Amino acid sequence: MIRPHRSHPLWLAYFLHRVSGLALALFLPFHFLLLSMVISQPQTADALLRFTDHLTVKLAEGGLVFLLAVHFFGGVRLLALEFLPWSGKRKTITAAAIAFAFFVSGSFVLRAV
Amino acid sequence: MTEARANMMISVWRGMGSTGKFETFEVPAQDNQTVLDVVTWIQQAADPSLSYRYACRVGMCGSCAMMVNGQPRWTCRTHVKRVLRDNQIEIAPLRNLPVIKDLATDMDPFFDKWVKAGGVHRASRSRDMPIQEVKPDTAQRQAADNGIECINCAVCYAACDTVSSNRDYLGPAALQRAWTLFNDEKVVDKQAVLDAVSGSGGCHNCHTQGSCTKFCPNDLDPLGSIAGLKRETAKSFFRRGSKQC
Repeated sequence: MIRPHRSHPLWLAYFLHRVSGLALALFLPFHFLLLSMVISQPQTADALLRFTDHLTVKLAEGGLVFLLAVHFFGGVRLLALEFLPWSGKRKTITAAAIAFAFFVSGSFVLRAV
Repeated sequence: MTEARANMMISVWRGMGSTGKFETFEVPAQDNQTVLDVVTWIQQAADPSLSYRYACRVGMCGSCAMMVNGQPRWTCRTHVKRVLRDNQIEIAPLRNLPVIKDLATDMDPFFDKWVKAGGVHRASRSRDMPIQEVKPDTAQRQAADNGIECINCAVCYAACDTVSSNRDYLGPAALQRAWTLFNDEKVVDKQAVLDAVSGSGGCHNCHTQGSCTKFCPNDLDPLGSIAGLKRETAKSFFRRGSKQC
């Protein structure tokens, strides 16, 4: 449960940025392992890549794209906040970052299925 | 004629140091009543051993800040109607500060960090010199004015999760003070201000959670001040690097 002093949009944006970063960090080793198999064990890599034809895997990939997009746009939001001389509209920028992430991952899923 | 109201159930943190528990008091509801009024009623009518701190009762001194339903607030400026949930309120001492007793916290760590961040004004002129003219409409002066109304109530300090997780972190109020000094044209050694806030526990520890700005009862923007310090320390870092090349 989110504690009362954390129940506001900027803290939730921080949490989303942190969780998406950790999830991507956990995913990356498997991603690199699969890439390495393309060279070392191409038949195994092909077999694993065929899994991506399944709908559930495509949806999971959509989730990964969302994590990547929300982390990327969240990072841009933080850089803007810290390096541009503005102070207002923080919630609007945060909402825009999440909206862009949904747009990118939604577009990916619609193209994939 | 005032309608008779049900009593409110008020849970108050009781204890010394790191040990204690919530104790529930039944307090009569009034039409106009602040959370500080409630705490005062408990001390005067129910349990005179209850310890808490207040002074002005009108949002000037900043000494009555407490956690109300888990959020840091000035109790003197918080109407009961705004925080009453299911006829209950939970009142605890400020987070991130050692508890002396019950609702009274030890503010020393908060003010020590304020000093560590270079919060003390170092005059650049003696009293024999003419008073320095300060134009109020410059962008720099306005940036300084934005943070100058801080009364050190420690609400932002209690709201900050970075303070909770990093014992050395200077905290929003101290960093906002440093940003005010950085923008004050009477402060000559700007680099000393930046050096004080760019080391271990300094402004770069901030995770931009924004709770400081969200809960500041004076509507100040410590998050913006910390962002300003991050910007200026980064510029200072690259300026120094280019000089060394």
